[in-house]
Amino acid sequence: MPMPDWLRVRRAQEAQDAAQWTKCPACGELLYKPDLKASHEICVKCGHYFRMHAADRIAMLVDGDFLEVGGEIEPGDPLGWVDRRPYPEKLAGDRQKSGLSEAIVTGFGSMGGFAVGLGVMDFHFRGGTMGTVVGDRVALLFERARERRLPVVIFTASGGARMEEGVLALMQLAKTTNAVERFRREGLYYVAVLTDPTTGGVSASYAFQADVVVAEAHAAIGFAGRRVIEQTIRQKLPENFQRAEFLLEHGAIDMVVARAQLKDTLVRLLDYGVGAAKAASSRNGAAR
Amino acid sequence: MNPIVEREKGLLQLEQRIADLKASVGAQNVDLSAQIAALEDEYAKIQREIFGKLSPWERVSMARHPKRPTTAQYIEKLDQFDELHGDRQFGDDPSVIGGFAKLQGRRVLVVGQQRGRDTKENLRVNFGMVRPEGYRKVRRLFELASRLRLPIVTFIDTKGADPGIGSEERAQSEAIASCLYALAESMVPSVSVVIGEGGSGGALALGMTDRILMLEHSIYSVAGPEAAAAILFADAGKATQAAASLRLCSEDLSEFEVADEVIPEPLGGAHRDREVTIERVLAAVDRHLSELSRSTPDALREARYRKYRRIGAWAASEQAQAQGVVR
Repeated sequence: MPMPDWLRVRRAQEAQDAAQWTKCPACGELLYKPDLKASHEICVKCGHYFRMHAADRIAMLVDGDFLEVGGEIEPGDPLGWVDRRPYPEKLAGDRQKSGLSEAIVTGFGSMGGFAVGLGVMDFHFRGGTMGTVVGDRVALLFERARERRLPVVIFTASGGARMEEGVLALMQLAKTTNAVERFRREGLYYVAVLTDPTTGGVSASYAFQADVVVAEAHAAIGFAGRRVIEQTIRQKLPENFQRAEFLLEHGAIDMVVARAQLKDTLVRLLDYGVGAAKAASSRNGAAR
Repeated sequence: MNPIVEREKGLLQLEQRIADLKASVGAQNVDLSAQIAALEDEYAKIQREIFGKLSPWERVSMARHPKRPTTAQYIEKLDQFDELHGDRQFGDDPSVIGGFAKLQGRRVLVVGQQRGRDTKENLRVNFGMVRPEGYRKVRRLFELASRLRLPIVTFIDTKGADPGIGSEERAQSEAIASCLYALAESMVPSVSVVIGEGGSGGALALGMTDRILMLEHSIYSVAGPEAAAAILFADAGKATQAAASLRLCSEDLSEFEVADEVIPEPLGGAHRDREVTIERVLAAVDRHLSELSRSTPDALREARYRKYRRIGAWAASEQAQAQGVVR
């Protein structure tokens, strides 16, 4: 028997309503999505940080326009990889779900009046893993910023190197490291913001090669995954292990910043990093 | 345990029988040449059967063979070696060896991960899994090499960086990231040789060199086959399948234009003739260093940048563009 129209309409309405609500994974509170967005994706009840989409992050940070670079670079399938699904199928699925073409968005914009190269990784695309395209876009961002003599800010969120691209993914650590080094060698300034989670190959390359390493509050940061360590040592790890606050205590990062304060903090960090040079050049200009 | 070790057992017995027969010829003065020849034929046949075509998983087992020459054995064959210890901050990690050395008369700086050959040794060297203090020692030596204009030679043999609590507390990520950074900065020729297992970022920390050489039966991978299977098939038991999927053998790396040269091993693997293997490796390293030494420091760094900038796989439509325009 076909579904009657009134039921079809009601089901659709229910689905639409449900899409407006989400459950906090930490406290179970039902949250209205527009409210969640207004609160920077933080649960109003328990303060849990949702993982932000790259587009929301960029909107939160950038003053006006954002000019993407490297958006046209797309991944191949070097291993012909199939596990539960073929790799190209997984990529297509993630593209549709996230609206992104890859796990990082790179480009140029301005923050608090400072022109910057900005890279924002997105955990919703292949767990933020780094394959050829993430490596290429990061390298391209540093290359372009070097030409324009602009600082770079990168938000990391990554499960590490992308297994489905095999050793070619591993080699992106090398590609990005070389790009960071060439950029910094010219006295240019790089700030990394480590968000939840930043692990594996990304943490072992450009995440920890910045002049200033900021972590967003509560972010899980580490080289080995929590499960891998638990399996190796055969015991449960304390809750705060590999959290941003734990890294701060152990001297691994410069600061932990709450999401609501991130933009203001970054603008101050940009001011320290490029403000002095800017002031000097305008003084010289005035003298002439 | 190790399938290669298992399959070798029959061969080793046969080898013993041939040796015994040969000995008895000398002792009893009888003619057994026909029997010996027959056994030697059979030996060669079995050897070809086993080693002629190894599966990816068997290649992994070969790379992990307990008798395979380790970093210390390569270093022993150098003309000279003076070990340098410690990271000046926390400790000295025995899972990575480093120091000044001479190779065919050339002064070099050498570092390499040290795998143990038995349980006792493995406990001492943490199964070749380097901790942050080890990587910080390596970084210090890389920087020293640049200062003294000494070419860098590295031997790679590790399942991966140490995944322990202490390593995380001491910022394993930063330690690896700074080794990579030191190699990016370095103004001297560098050559790495994967002699056994090249596992993940913990291997690459010693491997972002001007030239990457691999022994025929060494492997180089984004993750160990067991870890990859656990993550992607949710079943660590599917490691054999993951080993085949990952394309981690030397010829794969050569096809991906990651490995610059594959050094052939004696039939049956490097451990069947360590002398020859080590000799071949050191000769290849020397040859690459000679080539690289003709470049200026700036040219070296430029070529290194291009080498790694090119590595990857793009969508078909992108391939031509990426290779032509972006790079």
